[in-house]
Amino acid sequence: MKILVCIKQVPDTTAKISIKADKQGVETNGIKWVMNPYDEFAVEEAIKLKEANAGSTLSVITVGPKARAVEALRTALAMGADDAIMVDAEENVDNLCTAKALAAAIEKEGPFDMVFTGKLAIDDQQSAVTQMLSELCGIPHANVVSKYTFANGNSEVEREIEGGAKEVLELKGKSVIGANKGLNTPRYASLPGIMKAKKKPVKDYSLADLGVDAQQSKVSYKEFSLPPERPAVKMIEGEPAGQTASLVSLLKDEAKVL
Amino acid sequence: MTILVNVEQTEGKVRSASLELISFAASTGKDVAGIVVGSSAKAAAEEAGRYGLQKAFVFEDANLDQYNSESHFACFSEIIAELKPKIVLSTGSAASRDLIPKLAAKFDSGFVSDAVEINLSGEDLTLKKPMYSGKCFAQASFKDSAIQFVCMRPNQLKVSEPKDANVDITEKSAPSVDLKTIVKEVVQGASKRLDLTEANIIVSGGRGLKEAKNFELLESLADVLGASVGASRAVVDAGWVPHSMQVGQTGKTVAPSLYIACGISGAIQHLAGMSTSKVIVAINTDPEAPIFQKATYGIVGDALEIVPMLTEEFKKVL
Repeated sequence: MKILVCIKQVPDTTAKISIKADKQGVETNGIKWVMNPYDEFAVEEAIKLKEANAGSTLSVITVGPKARAVEALRTALAMGADDAIMVDAEENVDNLCTAKALAAAIEKEGPFDMVFTGKLAIDDQQSAVTQMLSELCGIPHANVVSKYTFANGNSEVEREIEGGAKEVLELKGKSVIGANKGLNTPRYASLPGIMKAKKKPVKDYSLADLGVDAQQSKVSYKEFSLPPERPAVKMIEGEPAGQTASLVSLLKDEAKVL
Repeated sequence: MTILVNVEQTEGKVRSASLELISFAASTGKDVAGIVVGSSAKAAAEEAGRYGLQKAFVFEDANLDQYNSESHFACFSEIIAELKPKIVLSTGSAASRDLIPKLAAKFDSGFVSDAVEINLSGEDLTLKKPMYSGKCFAQASFKDSAIQFVCMRPNQLKVSEPKDANVDITEKSAPSVDLKTIVKEVVQGASKRLDLTEANIIVSGGRGLKEAKNFELLESLADVLGASVGASRAVVDAGWVPHSMQVGQTGKTVAPSLYIACGISGAIQHLAGMSTSKVIVAINTDPEAPIFQKATYGIVGDALEIVPMLTEEFKKVL
């Protein structure tokens, strides 16, 4: 079978975010870029599916600025993907443009039997591309998936909903699966894997090659701001009995949150 | 122009996050329509009417009680195609976050999720939303979007006072769909507590609790406060509690009125997920822990000792 994973490169979770002087975005200098953490679960699940089905191939695709984003593809190749598709795009394409580019690339490079994504990207935290891709490709999707099995061309998934509740879904035929944390334990890229990844093919597309115009992005972000500074902490001194009694009265009478 | 609201309900009672959206939509003076699905949808539509819903498309059908991305999508697609709203508003519920972006793709329109502020000028929305799970904020706007699709975070808007009002109800039946997605089972969570994203008070634990079974101390505190229980990434990764309890950039972004962090040092990715909480209490043995920089009130001490005493203190006043 032919399997595809869609990934995104994002700032590392430990990155400190600062705002550009013109407030039109965040400062990208000095940021460490990594594969979106949820996409690592998607890559791992796709590799497991490939390994369980002899003769399968696994491709990985990203939409983003090639100069940096190609590194995320290399990471996925080092983990075990066979080939990669780099769709060069400026920073600010919106979710719909991204989904259109992915759908068009799937049309050109496919057909794929299964598509994996991460449940959301930790930068804009929209959680939109999985569902948009499902619509544009005309196949069902399941997002926030924490358990996955594939049998006879169909998928069975467990997805997390609210308050720790879970749904078990069956998806018939090809589908888009959005991975959540807990789905698996992503493997590290081994040194031989990293060496091999350098020789694996990366195919280049521009947005224009895929019939997508970044100017058609329908959502834009501006006026970036940092959260307001919080007032200095009030430390409650003393013995535990006195500390806890003071805290409760402060919450009740000063903060008025009880 | 029309604003269409996804009116979410259970057993005829409208979710308060949906009432927020209806109240906001009504305050704009535009036409306010809603879609209500599931058993008791009609009763819910009538309740929504008291908050300003003028027109309701009601799919009273027990088959729609359980969210299904395809069957719900078919109902919404039909109404949106017919009504041609300029704006579609929905909550931040799991079902809503799943459904709305798919609709946006169908109608070739833009989508913004997790908005915390919403403003309408003419026919154009601007929204404030957290990015990098609250490390910063940005203002989102739409361009050449036939419809503006938005999921709003709960507890951000005022619910208006209910008034006697009649809502114009149109009963619909769900379009038949050749389902490729079958919901086979729903497994309820062990916890009966509110989801972290909707909780007004959160009690959260980290490494300082020493071992998994000490989360029982937080459960007792949460019982007294009517709170939900969260956790740091470290203890989720250690397998003490499920990922659904994780607060932070790779877990849930939360903004309760009161967040009590017990034995959590405050890694940057955890702080990102909770630092917009109104009041933050930090209890930690290390006075240099970064969590104290975000806290409103701090106690340097052992959470295992402080938490049970705190539970007893709260019992006295609640």
